[in-house]
Amino acid sequence: MSAWRLRVKLRSATGLLVSTRPTQRHTSPYGPLTLCRSLSTGSHLRNEFFKDLEAQLAAFRKKAADALPGSSWSPLQINPNLPPERADIVIVGGGVLGWSIAYWLKQKEMVRGGVRVLVVEKDPTYSQASTVLSAGGIRQQFSLLENIHLSLASADFMRNINEHLGVLNEDPVDLQFNQSGYLFLASEEVAHIMEENYSTQRYAGAKVSLLSPTQLKQKFPWLNTDGVVLASYGLENEGWFDPWTLLNAFRRKAISMGVIQCCGEVTDFKYTTDVLRTASGDTVDLKRIGSVKVQMPNSLEYQPVECAIVVNAAGAFSGKLTEMLGIGSGPKDSIAGIPLPVEPRKRYVYVVHCPDGPGLDSPFLIDYSGVYFRREGLGGNYIAGVSPEEAEEPDTSNLEVDYQFFEEKVWPCLAHRVPAFEKLKVTSAWAGFYDYNTFDQNGIIGIHPLINNMYLATGFSGHGLQHSPAVGRAVAELILDGNFKTIDLSNFSFRRILTQEPMLEINIV
Amino acid sequence: MSAPLTSLHRCCQRSALLLHVARQRWSSSSASPPPLHTRLLLFLTQRFYDVEMLLSWRSQLMRNQLQKKNAYYGYTQRFYGLDLASAYFILSLKGGFRFAGQSEWFYADQKGKFSWDFLNHKDTLLEEVDMSYTVINYRGLCNLEGQRSLRTLKLRGCPEVDDWLLARLHVFQDSLEDLDISHCPRITTGGLAALRNLKGLKRLDVSSLPGILSPGLVIILLEEMLPQCQITATGYDYSLNDAQGEEEEEHMQRQR
Repeated sequence: MSAWRLRVKLRSATGLLVSTRPTQRHTSPYGPLTLCRSLSTGSHLRNEFFKDLEAQLAAFRKKAADALPGSSWSPLQINPNLPPERADIVIVGGGVLGWSIAYWLKQKEMVRGGVRVLVVEKDPTYSQASTVLSAGGIRQQFSLLENIHLSLASADFMRNINEHLGVLNEDPVDLQFNQSGYLFLASEEVAHIMEENYSTQRYAGAKVSLLSPTQLKQKFPWLNTDGVVLASYGLENEGWFDPWTLLNAFRRKAISMGVIQCCGEVTDFKYTTDVLRTASGDTVDLKRIGSVKVQMPNSLEYQPVECAIVVNAAGAFSGKLTEMLGIGSGPKDSIAGIPLPVEPRKRYVYVVHCPDGPGLDSPFLIDYSGVYFRREGLGGNYIAGVSPEEAEEPDTSNLEVDYQFFEEKVWPCLAHRVPAFEKLKVTSAWAGFYDYNTFDQNGIIGIHPLINNMYLATGFSGHGLQHSPAVGRAVAELILDGNFKTIDLSNFSFRRILTQEPMLEINIV
Repeated sequence: MSAPLTSLHRCCQRSALLLHVARQRWSSSSASPPPLHTRLLLFLTQRFYDVEMLLSWRSQLMRNQLQKKNAYYGYTQRFYGLDLASAYFILSLKGGFRFAGQSEWFYADQKGKFSWDFLNHKDTLLEEVDMSYTVINYRGLCNLEGQRSLRTLKLRGCPEVDDWLLARLHVFQDSLEDLDISHCPRITTGGLAALRNLKGLKRLDVSSLPGILSPGLVIILLEEMLPQCQITATGYDYSLNDAQGEEEEEHMQRQR
């Protein structure tokens, strides 16, 4: 306490002191710690009093200066964490997609400071965010051309990540990308689908190869090829990486370019409604969002942010956001009656330890039964899981893990496919939400037809992370250029939900 | 009680020094301007964003130069064929190569000069390529992609060789027998996993890779992954950690 007062005194003293009085140095046989020890308390107390006096006078002077007009002190404390009152674009959701869109918006703006972007994230610990709970894989083995192009573009981005997301004087970004490839195994019924997908993937430029069971056995001697008729193996640009690093790289670069970050929850919108009449006499309400109400965490304090454009990148919670605008609560046979078909779905990921398992060359293996596993680190740990059946979807109110599910659904298939996994131990597990698109399990990108200035970028059902750089660029092109420029994702617009034309991935799982 | 006094003494000395310096500065500014480099530094500290812009331009320029060096030699391919284009690319980057069926190596010297004799061997595939200490990167490898009978590839000490280039080496999976990626600073364990495709590899040199964190374990896993391959991995410190090392030292001292 006295040391603090001494330091305060000295800081103010540098301006006031004219001469310093050096203390006397007594040499003593017992070392320097015992010098300057005086036996009388009188002089010490007097010194203390004068030191205190200096400090008190300085504080008094400071308070007087603050009280006079012209100083910036005010008795009203303003919460410094509130978002700004006005922003051009508000991105709801601070996951990898939200920050990717923020980065690309700043990257593509024509003038410095051209767009004022605000990213609102309700949970800065990311405890329930899908991004950080994902397995982190990237693959090009899709059946839709758009998905393959998105994956290729994202892999391209990650290859040159330091060129894109490198900040001056900061450490380079290290995604810890494991170039291990994906391996899909097909049984006899689905082998033809795999062949078709293979030709689409090759046409799009993905480096994939087909393997027969004998070649599989040669390449991966630890694999049991029982029931496998064909396998599809990614040679390049496939593997897994650390999603937290990618998220932080996007965030760091976006903040360095001037994106404003806010920790809060969007609880309401203020919008204006234009009522239009169709030819047959029905009314259509076209809404335009005027401002977003951002509520501070654990508090009733809120800030209405006036904005021009709102981007819905809230992931698993995007459905709730559109409900606030009345989407889905209109009459059943109208456009307003169709809700955003995105809901959270819980998926379990189990970490297992098997010392005799596959080695460094083990790919991200996905069996035709839906069970997947991949290597994690170098110590014989693996990550495994499976997508549950539609009828057995677990409860999404929490992120508790059901270990019984592993015993019943995951382990038998794993042990059948890789005999070494018969002796494994589950060391830990976690659960995360998919932003599951109940309509066709592919992303929804584009403006909502009834809300003039809300852009959707959600519903990726497990592929959001691997497509995030390319989708971020696409949404930024939509907003700033008006149309897609690099990859045409018009097939992923909300229109397909209105016309009930699903863009299904014809995959083997 | 004496400790705060000693700290007070030190603080007094420091404040005296500060005052002294400040007095000197103000006195010297009235007498003569500070030297040019000090004035320049003070000028730059006032202009942070300009300095940031200049530095980012500089790094962008260096990156552009690198990409230009590694560009796709499309015209050369069209006029001279795949093999001569690859050969020309290698020589422009100051590497060396040997044609299949020939025994002499074509090298470019330190200044980048090379003889044009290689033009005489049209449509001969390259068998051995030595790109050690060159700036080849992922983009540049596309110039070598057509060489399906490449047997030896030396990428020793290349600063731009990273995991993605290793992943691209799958195009040589049928023919590559000898690969040298020692001393490359950007390669990490994830890239070494990409060597799984090179099943025909007979000799692999992964010495002194600073990017690998647990070299002993990684080398063992590599040996398991490529059973027919002879792996050279020198330049790593496989010693035990510090506590055990100190115990050993004490033991030896006591013995003496």
